[in-house]
Amino acid sequence: MSALFPLTLQGVAVRRQGKRIIGPIDLVLNPQGPTIVIGPNGSGKTTLLRVMHGVERINAGSVSWAAQDRSKHAFVFQSPIVLRRSVAENLAYPLRLVRTPAAQIRETVAYWLDRIGLGSVQNSPATRLSGGERQKLAIARALVRKPDVLFLDEPCANLDGHATHEIETLLQEISAAGTQLVMATHDMGQARRLARDLVFVLDGKIHETGLASEKFAAPQTAALAAFLRGDIVR
Amino acid sequence: MKRLLTTVAMLLWAQTSGAEEMRMAVTTSFDNSGLADVLLPAIKADLDLDVRLLVVGTGQALRLGEAGDVDAVLVHSKAAEEKFVAAGHGTHRREIMYNDFVFVGPKADPAAIVDAASAADAVQRIEAAQAPFVSRGDDSGTHKAEQKIWASAGLDIAGFGDWYRPVGAGMGAALNTASGMNAYIVSDRASWLNFGNKGDLALLYSGDPALFNQYALLPVNPDKNDSIRNDLAVKLEAWLTSPRAAALINGYKINGEALFVFNATP
Amino acid sequence: MVDIWDGFSAAFWLIASFDAELWEISLRSLRVTLTALVIASVIAIPLGTYLAVQRFRYRRFVISMINALMGLPPVVVGLIVYILLSRAGPFGVLNLLFTPTAMIIAQVVIITPVIASIAHQSMRELWAEYHDLLISLNTSKWQRIVTLMRDGRRNLLTAALAGFGRAIGEVGAIMIVGGNIDHVTRVLTTAIALETGKGDFALALGLGFVLIGLAIVVNLAIHTLSRTEREGQW
Repeated sequence: MSALFPLTLQGVAVRRQGKRIIGPIDLVLNPQGPTIVIGPNGSGKTTLLRVMHGVERINAGSVSWAAQDRSKHAFVFQSPIVLRRSVAENLAYPLRLVRTPAAQIRETVAYWLDRIGLGSVQNSPATRLSGGERQKLAIARALVRKPDVLFLDEPCANLDGHATHEIETLLQEISAAGTQLVMATHDMGQARRLARDLVFVLDGKIHETGLASEKFAAPQTAALAAFLRGDIVR
Repeated sequence: MKRLLTTVAMLLWAQTSGAEEMRMAVTTSFDNSGLADVLLPAIKADLDLDVRLLVVGTGQALRLGEAGDVDAVLVHSKAAEEKFVAAGHGTHRREIMYNDFVFVGPKADPAAIVDAASAADAVQRIEAAQAPFVSRGDDSGTHKAEQKIWASAGLDIAGFGDWYRPVGAGMGAALNTASGMNAYIVSDRASWLNFGNKGDLALLYSGDPALFNQYALLPVNPDKNDSIRNDLAVKLEAWLTSPRAAALINGYKINGEALFVFNATP
Repeated sequence: MVDIWDGFSAAFWLIASFDAELWEISLRSLRVTLTALVIASVIAIPLGTYLAVQRFRYRRFVISMINALMGLPPVVVGLIVYILLSRAGPFGVLNLLFTPTAMIIAQVVIITPVIASIAHQSMRELWAEYHDLLISLNTSKWQRIVTLMRDGRRNLLTAALAGFGRAIGEVGAIMIVGGNIDHVTRVLTTAIALETGKGDFALALGLGFVLIGLAIVVNLAIHTLSRTEREGQW
């Protein structure tokens, strides 16, 4: 689907203050649809995503993309970071960084304002938006530069059902339009709704990977089976 | 950088006045007397010369002259002035006028200096009474004059108790301190008369010739740097020693009292 | 108490009678301090922001130095600037001693560390907020600094106003390098020192109240300006 993949992680480890956060991890990712990273809290999902995106220093191993081009990446953080600017300026910001012509910025911003339904508040400070609106804004802002891969770190963790539904719909649309999603979540329902591929992380290691449909039907390891059942897994 | 600073300076502070300008370091006592407000406009009218005054203590005034940062110095400390000229910092020393120092203290006068026989007698009485005494303590002309009086009375300042308070400040600040502490102090007459915060203080003793306070003009040696305007200092000296200056200086009064006596020799 | 009342009435009459000399020294105070403020801000704000976004070997040392310089007694600054600008000193040929420019230089030296330190504090907080996003968006170092300065401008304004407050009330340094020359370098603070020396407490206090009033007017004016700007965006 994208020239960026496959992504290969070899013997990757991240340690902070002498403590192992993740690793060693060996993983080849060449997804054909939304890839969902699941695992209990603190298992290392966030760190894994950040390593893939290239914003986390690794202490061992290597991360290699088929094509190394970070300008084709975008990342949405668990608690949305909004700039202390207007809603419209938040959307324009990534484009301004790469010196996009003003007319094109206007057009792109108008498109996304309409798409996420924030046109009426485009000139209000983004910091006044609700949690769901902020996250929609953060996702739209991640998409204005038309990335090939979009990482999302539990984007719906703090949102109500309505906002979660809106965001999932948006994600399905952009996935269908050709953007590769790599998303961490610990919401099993969300994983079932969105995932084509599944990566199960446990204790900083890749425990099991494969097609989501197969894994949900027949988990190979006891840990994944237990996790899918809703048991506490360590 | 130089050009930038100059441009900034010129843009913001373009001086419109076409008159010539010189800088003179003077003692606080001279400025506090108010005489400058009479002399400077007259100088401007007669010579078309703006004299910019830097009002500092005698010690700092001489340092400014030594560094060549001013064109002339007007102070009142003969020994230091002669040293300044001998060291080549000034071209010469020209006496202009004198006023006098006075003893100021609490109206109650616990040391009874009001009927002292001489300045030396006055300080001996203060020492005997251990009455609070504020000293400038800043190496100024007034401070040096005060030290000379103690020495002439055969007293050693170093041995004094804490009734003797050197404050290390200008005349006005020292007078403020004396006023606050109700202490004795030696001041020049002009500063005392112009001082606004007299409180319970009064002029108690004056008149001893030992208290005369000679002011002299010292043009700074122009060899120090190219910016020194010795020509203007010479012009100023000629004016300050003229009959016109004599009339203004002798005629300057506060509360009907003359402050300065012109004594320049032509 | 009588003295303070006298001060109030002296201030009132000075202002009510449009005293020419008061106008002159007040305007000079403003000119000197605002010029120093602009120069110091141009140095200190990017510096403080740079120190917030950039890790380098001597960073902690530089920050400690700036914080230490904040405590530098103005008299010492004045003395050093005097020695440098004296005709006998290295920059004597510029002939700047006892000019308003010398006072500006001294004030710049005094308030640059103040502004840099406060700017650094607030920019560090903003950087913590923006860090992940700006790294993710592939921003250059300069883009990070510009973004922080733009979005943190209200905090930077506070930093600048702190510098203004320090400069407008400063007397020790400008007395030495300016010389308190009537009609040339006399400003409000040096005039206050002079009148105190003459024992004219009422006039000194009156000038003091004018100084406070001036500082309040400038603060209010700047805050009002920044609020008008905010209404569109914030």
